[in-house]
Order: sequence, then structure tokens, then C-alpha cells
Amino acid sequence: MRHTISVLVENKFGVLTRIAGMFSGRGFNIDTLNVGPTLDPSTSRMTIVVRGDDTVLDQVVKQLNKLVDVIDIQDFREGEYVDRELVLLRVNVDSKTRAEVMQICDIFRAKIIDVQPKNVSIEVTGNESKIDKFLFLMRPFGIADLTRTGRVALARKE
Amino acid sequence: MSKKTTARSKTSASKHAAKPERGVVMNGAEILVACLEREGVDTIFAYPGGASMHMHQALTKSKKIRTILPRHEQGGVFAAEGYARATGRAGVCMATSGPGATNLVTGIADAFLDSIPLVAITGQVPQHMIGKGAFQETDVFGMTLPVVKHNYLVMDINDIPRIVKEAFYIAQTGRPGPVLIDIPKNIQQAKTQPVFPSEIHLRGYDPVRHADDLELNELIGLIESHKEPMIYCGGGIISGDASAELLEFVERTQIPVATTLMGIGAFPETHPLSLKWLGMHGTVYANNAVNEADLLLAIGVRFDDRVTGKIEKFAEHGTIVHIDIDNSEINKNKVVRLPILSDVKYALGRLNQLLEKAGRKRVKSNFTRFRPWFDKIEAWREKYPFSFKDTEDVIQPQYAIHLLHEMTKGEAIITTGVGQHQMWAGQHYDFTEPRTFLTSAGLGSMGFGYPAAIGAKIARPDKQVIDIDGDGSFLMNVQELATAHIEGIAAKVMILNNQYLGMVVQWEDRFYKSNRGHTFLGDPRDLSRIYPDYVKMCEGFGVPCERVVHKKDLRAAIQRMLDAKETYVLDIMVPYTEHVLRMIPSNATYKDVIIEGREELEARSGL
Repeated sequence: MRHTISVLVENKFGVLTRIAGMFSGRGFNIDTLNVGPTLDPSTSRMTIVVRGDDTVLDQVVKQLNKLVDVIDIQDFREGEYVDRELVLLRVNVDSKTRAEVMQICDIFRAKIIDVQPKNVSIEVTGNESKIDKFLFLMRPFGIADLTRTGRVALARKE
Repeated sequence: MSKKTTARSKTSASKHAAKPERGVVMNGAEILVACLEREGVDTIFAYPGGASMHMHQALTKSKKIRTILPRHEQGGVFAAEGYARATGRAGVCMATSGPGATNLVTGIADAFLDSIPLVAITGQVPQHMIGKGAFQETDVFGMTLPVVKHNYLVMDINDIPRIVKEAFYIAQTGRPGPVLIDIPKNIQQAKTQPVFPSEIHLRGYDPVRHADDLELNELIGLIESHKEPMIYCGGGIISGDASAELLEFVERTQIPVATTLMGIGAFPETHPLSLKWLGMHGTVYANNAVNEADLLLAIGVRFDDRVTGKIEKFAEHGTIVHIDIDNSEINKNKVVRLPILSDVKYALGRLNQLLEKAGRKRVKSNFTRFRPWFDKIEAWREKYPFSFKDTEDVIQPQYAIHLLHEMTKGEAIITTGVGQHQMWAGQHYDFTEPRTFLTSAGLGSMGFGYPAAIGAKIARPDKQVIDIDGDGSFLMNVQELATAHIEGIAAKVMILNNQYLGMVVQWEDRFYKSNRGHTFLGDPRDLSRIYPDYVKMCEGFGVPCERVVHKKDLRAAIQRMLDAKETYVLDIMVPYTEHVLRMIPSNATYKDVIIEGREELEARSGL
């Protein structure tokens, strides 16, 4: 099972290593990890997608909590959060396929951000199923390269 | 799940929040020493080098801190651990960058696994050289991350007072542990006017945990509804300073107690309700009782594999209650029925109050509440005592420990190395007070015993401190004899010398058909010779040493060791053929316990 957890940490030297080291040292699997600053410059927020059952997740949360530089942890359950991922990719095109690629981009509200004679670069954001579907559709054209941010998540609040 | 701490220093207990205090202009090294003095540090174990000598210069000016020069950084960190284990206050050690720092790592890991408060300070190459592969540079911050409670690399001289204050606070509160502070040399040399904070603000660290009455009442209800309850308690009782509360709780509830190896001394082993300690080499009656109990109260323990054996089978029929201050230990190795997240001193103290209200009075003798259960335990106790076959002339290692126990009236502080002697020391010496059995339990670091004895003796000069050691373990930090001799520290050693790595030999006998895989420590070219010759070696160190070979000479020799007012080594020759019994093989259950000795084993298998 995959869980999305959001970890608020002190924006201090070595904090990423502490978190990453805790995961590797205790044999937990990270699917994606995203770090960035928050409104408060003294903190950063990490969004981590971990794989494991409830026991593993329980330990992950407790071990994270034990780290002095971890301020707060949110374990997101289904429906309690919105999440997105941003993907940049370069897809091979020629004069015959370019139109079709652009059409699919339109459907997925993806942006073409660079055009070359033999390829286009695309920016697409969305949740996991949308991204997966988009990449599935691009694959036949030939994905030359791609980079993903990993999942970022935000709690829903009234 | 947010966490928050605002701790006030001891000096600011008044109603008005104390203001930070500004000091005079000092260099970074002097600020560090001033901070250590403010934390009440009286002893530091420090080995100098290029990146830390500036701090040693500052230490020479301190009137409050005694600097002990170990002869190896590992000796220094183990001594600091010995100091911490004997007192409960953080042990402090220091080393230079690179090899000095890496030599500390074993001791830091040791403190981490046994939850010992330790503050380790390392010098680092100057900031502009970091990452350049400078002489004696290692990333000690990165290297120690998995084995510290927290660590710091000081980047700004103005942070030193805050960092030192936080380091001691983190090391000594909650579940204790080691904290490392790495200080680049240019920061040691820079000058500033320090501001000593009076408060700590750590929004990610809150060590205060108090059980609520609901949980505690549920626990009391469980005791009322069960007939065969047991307590399994560990190092948490000792680090939580909860021995008195535990004793009262036991005498109110009349529940028998087995400790872990780390918990030895948490409950008096001479008490009728003590079953000594459980686990791989624990008593049969403790293991049987814990595994067959219908209610198991696990207090300040972590369900270590050397205690539980096969974890799924451990106490499989009992209802388990787990009280611990570390949330991550709860349901980590074993899922329990009633988890209670709490400081054990608070939980036990509050339980005693609730029991008082419920009319459960404290009794000092005639424990009859769980009669049939006690009868069962007593039957095991009679059938399977810690026993050994004594001999006429040859000194059995267990006998030597028995004799030491008798002659010290069980009042000494005992440290150990790691191996057979460690288990025998635990088995054949009865401990009645916390912080009197100091052993490397979690990490199992050979070489721990003697430096730890030095640290303990400095902390408790009033006590007889004796390292019961093996010849293998003792040799690993034998250089610390120089430290003890030069500093005038009367830490004693009783070597149980069998010329072998006895515990590995035992496993070879049991599981490898007695094929010796580099476990002989003597001289293979001359088996009649005792090697190394500790008597001669000690002569070089200027330390009195005596070798004992015959049983008839042992008592007088131990007396001379006890009477000595200085560092003293007693080298006792014992046979290597003895096995530590009882033994539950790893990942087995209490029913698989090995009772038979080596002779029976040989007779059976035709070795």
C-alpha cells in the first residue's frame, strides 16, 4: 500500500539526510520525496510517498516524530487531501505525429513549452492517474526524456 | 502530532523568566568550556589533536572540569559511558577530527543502543576546508547520523551556547541517548561575546510523556482479572530513575519480576519476587514465567531479540501491556494489547496512588496473592537454578564470581566486557541497586569493561569498582591501564583468562562441531605458555598484577585486589571448556532451552 505523508521540518543543515537516512537505515521504501520551503522560511515541507502496510506506516510516522528536526507530521488518508505532480517530458515528433501529440496535450491540459524540428517538450500536472494515462499515451511516440517532481500534497480544510 | 518543548534551565526556576546572560569576549573554545561548566560537567574524557587542541587549551584554564586523557579515543568514550551509566548524568568526551572522531563512533553507537546519555564533542577542519578532503577530515556529522539521538555541526560561533544547552537537554531527557557536536577549528578560534540562553526552544522535541488515569486503571483492572501475571522490565526503569516506584508497585501487587540484562539492578535480585533476568542466558524460571504468564507487564523495555527469541512465539498466550516513554518502541517488535506511552517513574508512581485508593496495601513479605502461580515458579526455580560443576583445584569462572560477590557483599559496581564472562557476571553476582551492573548490552562492544570501570570509579569514588573481564575483551582496551595509573584511578580488573574467545568457542561447540575459527588467543607455538603475559604487561604500565591458577589461592588474591588503593589487575586462569548455561539459541523459544553442559554434549554427540 502507498501512503502520502507530509512532514514539516526545521529548515536546517542536514535535515534531508536525517530523513533519508532514517528511511534507508530502517529499511523503509520511499516512492517519491519532494522538499520545498513553506511560508515560514525557518521550515520546509516534505511530501513523502511510502510503500508498506499499516504497521510500516505506523513505524515510519513514529520514527520521523523521534527526529528532533521534525516539527509535525500529517498522514494523509483518502479524500482528506489534494495532490499533484508536475512532469516535464520531451517527446519525439515528426510532421505526421506533431498534430496528434498536440491534440492529446489539449485534452490533458498539458502545455507545450518548447518546440524543435524533431521533438516537443511538454509540461503536465495532475494526480497520479492522469499523469500515468498521459505518459501511456505519449509512449508510442517515443519519450526521449522525462523528469518528475514527485507528489506534493495539501490537506483539505474547511 | 505536533511536538513542542520549552524547557527552563535549573537556574531560572523562579517566577520571572530568566533573561539570557551575556558573557565577556571569549574565543569559541572558551565559550564551549564555559557552557560545559554551566551544565555542571565535572569530568571530560578528551584526547587532543590538531582540530581539537584549541579546546584543550581552554580546558587547561577550567577550574571546574577535570580533563582525563584516555590512551585511545574509544577508551575515552567508553569511560564517558561508564560515568553516565554510574550516575545518570551525561558522560562527556572529546576527540579531534578524522581518526579521533571515527574512533569515537563505536562508543557513540554503544550509547545509542543502550540509551545512555552522552555528549561527544569533535574538532573539525576549518569551515573553508570542509569537503576538500583536508588532512584528518571526515564527515563525522554524516557518519554518526544513524547512531545518535541528535547531532550538530556548528556553523556560527554565536550558536555554541544554544547548541551545548540543547545537546545536554536532548541527551538527558526522554529516552536518553548520545548527542554529537562537531566544531570546526576556525569557530573554536573566532572570538565573540557569547549570549548564554536561559531557555530551550525545540518545537520538534517534547520528551514529556505522562500516562492518563484511564489507561492506568485499565492496567489495574487487568491485574485483578488475571491469575498468573509477570513483570518484564528493563533499562527504562534505571534511566527513568523508577526503581523505588517499581519496588513499591511490586509489593502492592505481588507480581514477580524478571529484568532484562539492561535492567539488572532495577529491582533487587535478592527480593523473593525477583526471578533475576530473562533472555538467551537468563534463568529458566524467568523465561518460563514470562512466556507462560497470562498477563505480561513490559515496562521500559523494547522486546529485543536476545530477550524474546522467536518474536511471534514470545509470551504468545499472555495479555501484554507495554509502558514506555518512546512511542516508536510501542508495537514495533511486538503488537500489544494495552500500550501506555509514559515516563515510567510517573506511571508507576501514579499506579501506586491508584492502588492505595483501591485498598491494595504494600506488603513486605508473605507474598501469597497468586499462590498457585508462585508455586509453579518456585518449582521451576528449584529445578533449574544457575548452577555449575565446581572443581577441586581448577578455578571455574562462575566460582570466581561467586566468591567476588561474597567478598564484596554484593555492593561493588561491576563492569564487564562482552562474552561468557559478561553472562556469568550477570548470573552469579546478585545486584540489588540500579547503576551497579554496567555492561554493553545492545551493541555488545568488546573492550567496554575497563574504560567503563574508569569512568564509573571517577563518578563513584566511594564504591569498589571492578571490571569482570575476559582476556579477549580486556586486551581490546588494555592501554587504558595507563590512564588509570597516571590519573590515580583505583578501578580494578578481574580477568577470567581462558586464552580463548569463549563465547564464540561455545557457539563453535554447539553449532560448528567444535571447529575453531580463529578463536584461540594464546600462543599456538607454545601451548604451555600463558599469552599475553598480563603480569609482565602490567609491570610496564606500573600497575600491580597477580596471576592465580589454583583455587586455594583465589580468596586471598581477591582480598589483595579489594584492599588495593590503586589500579589493580587480577589475572585468573580458568578452563575454556565451560559453557554459559542456560542458553536459548537465537530465534528459538523458551522451550528450546539448552540445559546440558559441554560434557553431556560431548557424551551425546561423540565429539
